[in-house]
Amino acid sequence: MSVDREVSVDSASERRTAPAVRLSGVGKRFTTDGAPVLDGIDLAIAPGEFVCLLGASGCGKSTLLSIMAGPEPATSGSVDVGREGAALMFQEPALFPWLTAGANIELALRLRGVPASGRRARAGELLDLVRLGGAGDKRVHELSGGMRQRVALARSLAQERPVLLMDEPFAALDAITRDLLHDELERIWRETGRTIVFVTHNVREAVRLGERVLLMSSRPGRIVREWRVDTSGQRRIGAPEVAALADEITNDLRTEIRRHAA
Amino acid sequence: MPPETSIGTAAATTGATTRDDARDLESGLDALQTDRTLGPRTWSDRLRWSVLPPMLAVLVLVALWQLVVWSGVRPSYTLASPQDVWTTLRSLFADHTALTAIATSVERGVIGFVVAVLIATPLAVLISRVRLLRASVGPLITGLQVLPSVAWVPAAILWFGVSDATMYFVILLGAVPSIINGLLSGVDQVPPLFRRVGTVLGAGRWQMVRHVILPAAMPGYVAGLRQGWAFSWRSLMAAELIVVGGRLGFGLGALLDQGRQLSDTSVVIAAILLILVVGIAVELLFFAPLERRILRSRGLAADTTR
Repeated sequence: MSVDREVSVDSASERRTAPAVRLSGVGKRFTTDGAPVLDGIDLAIAPGEFVCLLGASGCGKSTLLSIMAGPEPATSGSVDVGREGAALMFQEPALFPWLTAGANIELALRLRGVPASGRRARAGELLDLVRLGGAGDKRVHELSGGMRQRVALARSLAQERPVLLMDEPFAALDAITRDLLHDELERIWRETGRTIVFVTHNVREAVRLGERVLLMSSRPGRIVREWRVDTSGQRRIGAPEVAALADEITNDLRTEIRRHAA
Repeated sequence: MPPETSIGTAAATTGATTRDDARDLESGLDALQTDRTLGPRTWSDRLRWSVLPPMLAVLVLVALWQLVVWSGVRPSYTLASPQDVWTTLRSLFADHTALTAIATSVERGVIGFVVAVLIATPLAVLISRVRLLRASVGPLITGLQVLPSVAWVPAAILWFGVSDATMYFVILLGAVPSIINGLLSGVDQVPPLFRRVGTVLGAGRWQMVRHVILPAAMPGYVAGLRQGWAFSWRSLMAAELIVVGGRLGFGLGALLDQGRQLSDTSVVIAAILLILVVGIAVELLFFAPLERRILRSRGLAADTTR
């Protein structure tokens, strides 16, 4: 592990240019003669970039994420997420209820091979990062939905992978909690320099978070359009710039969905 | 939406305030959405709901028993009265017969149960992980669970003679299938998402079993242990009732058999009561707190709301 890190420091300049995630011609069929779920996905994501994958339900965005995460093989094309691979966060927090919040993170560290002596302190740092410093001893059922999702975020950060894949992580939260977690995620993204691929079906969420928003078509899933988002200013979910771009993207999304009406 | 507007105005001010605001808002939400931890139940509450009702039920049963005795449907030498049984119990305790019998049976029961746990647990893990084993041995184990383990007593006597080995053999055949089945059903109920998380976090085969599957299957396992103990105790009593004499220790089953041989119903009923009380005591002192602790720590107990 430590050897890897030294090598990556040496090749830092090379890294800045090489994409963190590169997909070329990725296709996916679940049955050999069935319709393709994904077709000809070409995508290069720069290190430290925040990309939102947007699409209607069933467009294959979660499948694409699973392919990037590793367990799901692509039927065609090539996938490169770097040697260290990607961390994955789900819509459900999926914390282990028999462990405390802190122990959930420590388990992730342990499974990564972090020696016992360093785990407690590192888990504490990660909890502080998601502003749950005082909740380490709490059981999962004692935490609110937003707190659970923050613990889950800390757990995926514990994997120490340069790429973080997020599969609609805030979809089940109420509006206020979601707004807050957007702020938190943006802050953590800036602090940790992670490359983030964020899947959502919420257009405003995509515009609020992403530097780049990719719109996917359905059946087969293809990337049909992309937008760059100006990230220099404040991007509150109610801001007029966010709303204007969101409207434009929503129109495209609607057109895309309408194609399937007949 | 008023809440979003207020966040919007916060954003208009300087960055530092926004961050503090966000932190306050966040901790406010955390506080509102978190359970207030319930205090421990008071003694009077416990007395009212956990101690008094079962005692009342026992009193009613004893009263019914007394009524049946008074009604005279059975002559008093075949149906002893509560008073007779009480006297017998006192004399059994006075000459140490009762305590010796309880000690002998509990020792056998506990040793047999512990050995059953040690055998059943690794077997269950193996069966749950190997598909072929699951398909071939799984139904057999369920079948064994249905078979009353008393049925093994004659065979055990032929193989092991009148000895403690016979008792342990019968206990094992009673308890092992229940414990295996409990753990297997616990493993079956592990949410697939937990396994996915384990894979994503990089757990190997053994790590997955140790850190994900076994802890997740714990409630089912404890239910299996509980049932395994019940089967151990029942099987042991059946075995002790049949396998008596020789150099064997004198257990509760033997006491029951002695009462029958002497046609002394008060001894028979006293022995039944002792067997019942030991079973209930183990349940209340060991399994109930264990199960409650596990369920409560996962927020699954009735008195935790989330």
